Amino acid sequence: MGEEDRVILHGMWASTYVKRVELALKIKGIPFEYVEEDLSNKSALLLKYNPVQKKVPVLVHNGKPICESLVILEYIDETWPSHGLQLLPKDPYERARVRFWAAYIQQLLESMAKLFNPDHKEAQEKALEEMYEKQRILEEGMREFFPEESPNVHPEKLGILDIMIVSTLGAFRAQEEVLGVKTLDPEKNPLLFSWVEALIQLPVVKEIIPPFEKLVSLLQFIKQNGIRF
Amino acid sequence: MEEVKLFGYWVSPFCRSVEIALKIKGIQYEYIEEDLTNKSPQLLQYNPVYKKIPVLLHNGKPIAESMVILEYIDETWKNNPILPKDPFEKARARFWANFVDQKCFPALWKTIWSTSEQYEQNKAEALERLKVLENELGGKRFFGGDSIGMVDIVANFIGFSFRTIQEALKLDVFTEDNFPKLWEWAENFVNCSPVKKCLPPQDKLIANFPPAYMGKTLVSSFQSRLQLPPPGGC
Repeated sequence: MGEEDRVILHGMWASTYVKRVELALKIKGIPFEYVEEDLSNKSALLLKYNPVQKKVPVLVHNGKPICESLVILEYIDETWPSHGLQLLPKDPYERARVRFWAAYIQQLLESMAKLFNPDHKEAQEKALEEMYEKQRILEEGMREFFPEESPNVHPEKLGILDIMIVSTLGAFRAQEEVLGVKTLDPEKNPLLFSWVEALIQLPVVKEIIPPFEKLVSLLQFIKQNGIRF
Repeated sequence: MEEVKLFGYWVSPFCRSVEIALKIKGIQYEYIEEDLTNKSPQLLQYNPVYKKIPVLLHNGKPIAESMVILEYIDETWKNNPILPKDPFEKARARFWANFVDQKCFPALWKTIWSTSEQYEQNKAEALERLKVLENELGGKRFFGGDSIGMVDIVANFIGFSFRTIQEALKLDVFTEDNFPKLWEWAENFVNCSPVKKCLPPQDKLIANFPPAYMGKTLVSSFQSRLQLPPPGGC
């Protein structure tokens, strides 16, 4: 890209969506500035860059804003193609498969978010069942990608699905602490579990994972007050 | 020899999106109409995760989810692109396609299935979404510029079927007075040759959304007859 490439990421420290973008930028070795937004008091700049959704993440590249995490990931991959790895495969059919499962993992995240709404017990149980069912389907689907027992996680070969998996499931221990139920069961989902465990060991992932206690406090607060993500 | 098949359903705007894209690119394909009350074994085999239409089959390989299919079509057949080449413009198009798909369509869909008590609130939400879209369109002929692109394609429901259904049900959500630019867009959109070939028959649409429906609580039986998703669940 140009000599004066300025990349700014507007984010929030606990947002799964922001983590996806942070990870993509770090994986590709793209230098960027980070602006922490107070979502209860959104900056004028954020509202200017994302007037429609008024949400984080927003990536600002040389003054031009890009919104929506998956849109941003594709943008990053297309704009810096020779920087580090390609986040998406080259073949159109393989790209379609990755996009399909990235969208599915997004749906899984939405199921998980329901667990933090302070509803009555029945709704909680229903939300849990829905999440387990989605994880089961995801586990089966990912077996197609990884014919061997566990995914070959390598820092040189990370892609969109690795990013989606670790951003969505990487904080499972904090979630379990708050909910008192397993959100990622190694017996039900051995492939997903070993994949996540391998990912969270990587230095690039450790850099972006929020501090455990801080995240637990936030999740407890959200659960008690029913704040929507 | 390219073999392209599309598993679809006549009223689904998601299937129309795929068909319009195939027509824009001049791709020959076989269309297979699914009976959603009795889904074919092929559909269940090709889309085991969602068991839904549309599914595109290209040389035996299945692709599901309309937005994923649109990107696949654009990347596989490079003529008449439906997405801009520039990464930033492409990102904008994807953002707006998502907005139409995830925010506009559900809001409009809800107005169709509203009881009289729910209608005003659902209409207000739909109006808000259409206003954002009208602003985005601005002075452009199409969202894609001079020719239709992904955003226009994904908005096919707004362009055609919604106006037809709305008229049949005597709703007043999308009017020329309220949204002059979007209305003009719709008129231009339905007159595009690839679009004209794909639209569901107007009389069949009207026959399936009888004016007597408004206010009745026959939602579930009606939906099951037409095999349509419930409001908010597509």
